[in-house]
Amino acid sequence: MGTTLAEKLWNDHLVRKGTDGAPDLIYIDLHMCHEVTSPQAFEGLRIAGRDVRRKDLTIATEDHNTPTLNIDLPIADETSRVQINTLRNNAKEFGIRIHSLGDADQGVVHVVGPQLGLTMPGMTIVCGDSHTSTHGAFGSLAFGIGTSEVEHVLATQTLPLKPFKTMAINVDGELPEGSTAKDIILAIIAKIGTGGGQGYVLEYRGEAIRKLSMEARMTICNMSIEAGARAGLIAPDETTFEYVKGRPHAPEGADWDAAVEYWKTLVTDEDAVFDAEVHLNASDLEPFVTWGTNPGQGLPLSATVPNPEDFADETEREAAANALAYMGLTPGTPLREIAIDTVFLGSCTNGRIEDLRAAAEVIKGRQKAPNTRMLVVPGSARVRLQAEAEGLDKIFKDFGAEWRNAGCSMCLGMNPDQLAPQERSASTSNRNFEGRQGKGGRTHLVSPLVAAATAVRGTLSSPADLDRASVLA
Amino acid sequence: MEKFTTHTGVGVPLRRSNVDTDQIIPAVYLKRVTKTGFDDALFAAWRGDPDFILNQEEYKHGSVLVAGPDFGTGSSREHAVWALKDYGFKVVIASRFADIFRGNSGKQGLLAAVVSQENIELLWKLLESEPGKQITVSLEDRTVTCGELTVPFEIDDYVRWRLMEGLDDIGLTLQYEDDITAFEAKRESWRPKTLPAKTEPKQVVEAARPVE
Repeated sequence: MGTTLAEKLWNDHLVRKGTDGAPDLIYIDLHMCHEVTSPQAFEGLRIAGRDVRRKDLTIATEDHNTPTLNIDLPIADETSRVQINTLRNNAKEFGIRIHSLGDADQGVVHVVGPQLGLTMPGMTIVCGDSHTSTHGAFGSLAFGIGTSEVEHVLATQTLPLKPFKTMAINVDGELPEGSTAKDIILAIIAKIGTGGGQGYVLEYRGEAIRKLSMEARMTICNMSIEAGARAGLIAPDETTFEYVKGRPHAPEGADWDAAVEYWKTLVTDEDAVFDAEVHLNASDLEPFVTWGTNPGQGLPLSATVPNPEDFADETEREAAANALAYMGLTPGTPLREIAIDTVFLGSCTNGRIEDLRAAAEVIKGRQKAPNTRMLVVPGSARVRLQAEAEGLDKIFKDFGAEWRNAGCSMCLGMNPDQLAPQERSASTSNRNFEGRQGKGGRTHLVSPLVAAATAVRGTLSSPADLDRASVLA
Repeated sequence: MEKFTTHTGVGVPLRRSNVDTDQIIPAVYLKRVTKTGFDDALFAAWRGDPDFILNQEEYKHGSVLVAGPDFGTGSSREHAVWALKDYGFKVVIASRFADIFRGNSGKQGLLAAVVSQENIELLWKLLESEPGKQITVSLEDRTVTCGELTVPFEIDDYVRWRLMEGLDDIGLTLQYEDDITAFEAKRESWRPKTLPAKTEPKQVVEAARPVE
């Protein structure tokens, strides 16, 4: 029997097979750090008198806490400033590469890795952040870890892990115009639930996946964790190699040839068997939006707010009722009629250059709805520079949106970009949990296209709604 | 890490599914650089509500949390475990846990015990009908006992052994340092290194200004 891609990656990083129920010891190729989940890990090293084993496989950047305005001034919030300074001091003390605020390679850790060419196929990649699953888009085993594990990797460059189960997510058909990778992943999570992927590594396969760009594949793998899976994978192909080639840390010469030869073996064998399989047809997929307070509570944009009474399962019924109360929504309301206060375009899910281009294309030459504000936050300083070189910043500013510096921004309420209580957002980020974007804030997860169209109309909308409106006018 | 064999304490019924780590500890509390002092942050948003279970006198000093399915989903923040521990919780019982949360718990000596939803319902009823009732969790026997009711729980054998011995993971791994060094010797040369740093040509990043 053949092996799956996930199993191949596992076997190729096996330092030591566990015996008597002990976990396997897995080697880690790349460890990324940020300011929030690393301070206690460095502190642990210091207390134990340990050093970082592989400084040359470790990199740090500042993202969660950083402001997106006035980045040349000291950070106003004291605790944020302390946390960032702690990372800087730790990087200096332990000799770790860091990209700080103001550096062209600063940004959301999951945008920075791929853009530097540090993320490539066939690797194991970890970071103290659950959205590390993003890097699985390259055909690498990439997953989030807790702070104890961060310390473990710093000290040993390995992790003791129990093998994962494997799940194939087959996405067939061709994605219709106006629907995107974000809609695919929201539809998958709605289908299998926020716990559906627990214990699994997901492998996204099928025609619709193969046709996606690297950035779209990253959007999909990014949200694997929202289905409960620690990691999501897509087998590398020409699209992947093309994306990696020429980046600052991409292999060169004979190394490149050797790498590509190996990368081409990174596919699930024809006769391999997955522990579970899921099918989704992309050809009738509408733009998806969430109505509740977990990413599995999503529906096509043409639907209405569901009635909790319609859920057969008692736990789901209660969860839906709680969600609607928190979200301030009434069953039966068409999703398209939900008025939005703030549109957030950014995050490790949808803060890359393609996302900004797609949204800019929708709003170009239009005016923002008067009662809706729009925040555009590039995923990294490099993305921002590129967008400015293409004139996208001007399109956003002319439209009436705020053009910001790179960071996690409104994806999570840790920096100044937050929702006020009861403020409602359409957000291209990954989590609609209660209070995620600020205490009492109400989040609808959407694609960049829906975000842009929503900023035009002021209610949840897709670009097709704009065309319809202009025809009527 | 302290050794864990059995624990007895007040059981707290938390009738909620999908309690994500943003609920366990909101992001604003993640800015501290220590491993302790997070007790005030636990369930911070819900604790503003006087009816919230931990605001009720009988449950205030609880140490065994009995929660709905999919506990600890979302963000990888280990702060969620620190906050539960700082508050005084020694055990969390649920029918399903998010993988990262469960891993983090094991490393910090917080017992994440998997009990069937059917038995969780029974525990909830007992704890609600007699607020302040104690629960005994025996890691040795893998059982949860509440009054007359004793139900089994599941836990990974290896995690159980480590908790009972109070062993630290890094120390365990460093026993195999020779294996790690041998593995490193055969890693391919194409695998990327972060040092020396390579970047595209440096560009000056000017700060965006507030939008008028």
